[in-house]
Amino acid sequence: MLVLAGIAVIVAGFLLRFNPLLVVAVSALVTGLAAGIDPLAILAAFGKAFNANRFVSAIYIVLPVIGLLERHGLQERARSAIAGLRGATVGRLLIGYLLFRQITSALGLTSIAGPAQSVRPLVAPMAEAAAERQGVPPGGDAIPALAAATDNIGLFFGEDIFIAIGSILLMKGVLEGYGITIQPLHLSLWAIPTAIAALLIHGGRLWWLDRRLARGA
Amino acid sequence: MIGTNFIYTVAGLMFAGFAWLSATDRGNAKRFGNAGFYALLSGSFLFGDRIGDLGNGVLVLGLVAIAGTGAMGRGARGTTGAIERQAEAARRGNRLFLPALVIPATALLGTLAFKGVPALVDPKQITLVALTCGVLLALAIGYAWFRPRPATPFAEGLRLMDSVGWAAVLPQMLASLGAVFALAGVGQVVGGIAGAAIPAGSLIGAVLVYALGMAAFTMVMGNAFAAFPVMFAAVAMPLLIGRHHGDPAVIAAIGMLAGFCGTLMTPMAANFNLVPAALLDLKDKSAVIRAQIPTALPLLAVNIALLYWLGFR
Repeated sequence: MLVLAGIAVIVAGFLLRFNPLLVVAVSALVTGLAAGIDPLAILAAFGKAFNANRFVSAIYIVLPVIGLLERHGLQERARSAIAGLRGATVGRLLIGYLLFRQITSALGLTSIAGPAQSVRPLVAPMAEAAAERQGVPPGGDAIPALAAATDNIGLFFGEDIFIAIGSILLMKGVLEGYGITIQPLHLSLWAIPTAIAALLIHGGRLWWLDRRLARGA
Repeated sequence: MIGTNFIYTVAGLMFAGFAWLSATDRGNAKRFGNAGFYALLSGSFLFGDRIGDLGNGVLVLGLVAIAGTGAMGRGARGTTGAIERQAEAARRGNRLFLPALVIPATALLGTLAFKGVPALVDPKQITLVALTCGVLLALAIGYAWFRPRPATPFAEGLRLMDSVGWAAVLPQMLASLGAVFALAGVGQVVGGIAGAAIPAGSLIGAVLVYALGMAAFTMVMGNAFAAFPVMFAAVAMPLLIGRHHGDPAVIAAIGMLAGFCGTLMTPMAANFNLVPAALLDLKDKSAVIRAQIPTALPLLAVNIALLYWLGFR
């Protein structure tokens, strides 16, 4: 039971608004000590896993290109491209992006889009430009946040349809540990019902947003 | 063979550039905090495989010390203003999209092309290698077209990196915490509690505890990958599959997706929820989570229903 102290540290640390990196490090220490592991062994296990997971942070290599393009007006161009498009609404735009993100993720192309690659330079300014034409006052959090949310939802409920994605391989490995052999394709097919539900629920919210804006205007 | 070494060298050199530009940024009162943080990240990418497990652990302690003491600030290097940007956007037109599209296009074509040469490119890293090639190509186009000073793209990249700050390494930290949790046997204890919460013989009770447990444990760990082995061992294997003879493929796949609903609702999933809020300069750092909850909760309910109907046909 004592090892659960680490989870309590995470929850308490977040509620008390300590720096999350500090909270995670303390949680690792508390958990390891509670399990009777030597502090140096905890540090080594943490360092080993940190090194093995560097690929998670490699995506930031896109920032110099995105920053340079922004310097030369990419976001402004994205705005005016949408502003000049008749019939472009924030709901339609984001439903289109949701579909694009789900389909490309289902094909394994998870890293071609994302908050740094596509949302900040393109999707968020486009969504804001469309929403402003529908009467949303500029400068709010809601529309760019919705663009980022749409990116996440498209990714999460598309990627598991691809057979070689990390989570599918993890499930295959865990099941094999219990002597159950399942083909990755079989696992990925069962991700499709939820993917359709995600499209309907989030797409429905976006469609509803358009309707609400049309009534208000 | 081209694999992680290539990707990590590019990332390591970029972070070294960020560290140098931070250290020489006299307008930023906390410049040495930023410089130290990026220098350590650069070291992790360039030399992580050579400094041993303990060396990496000490490196992490350095990152935590800098972030935990609030020693990082925002850089003060200038960029172009709104009016300049608007004028340039009008002048350059839609061609501005091309370098941005080169990255995904190269990632797509590279992924397809590299599959044919497994001897040259590590098959496990195809997409990231292709993406890295796309970034380098787009950067080359940017240099040729805009003719910036050599450091300018890195100064502009640093501007965005500073807005993300320490949150950039939180996902990596949480993955490492998961490794310590596994070592300490946290999973078995959590699983034991979850298993004990189910009324004996209740199928719907077991389905609910499995799906809600996946979502809740994912919210604590920031990642469904850490929750899955725990909840599968505690509830899915002994009860859903063992006693109620459910279909393992359905139970595994939809259980994982129930966990993903949890990812949408937690600040611990920093790369999905906090980093976009920082990158988009949102005033409310939990605005992305707020935008996701109305989709995540109904979708979690759908997943529970799907588990119940599809898993036990």
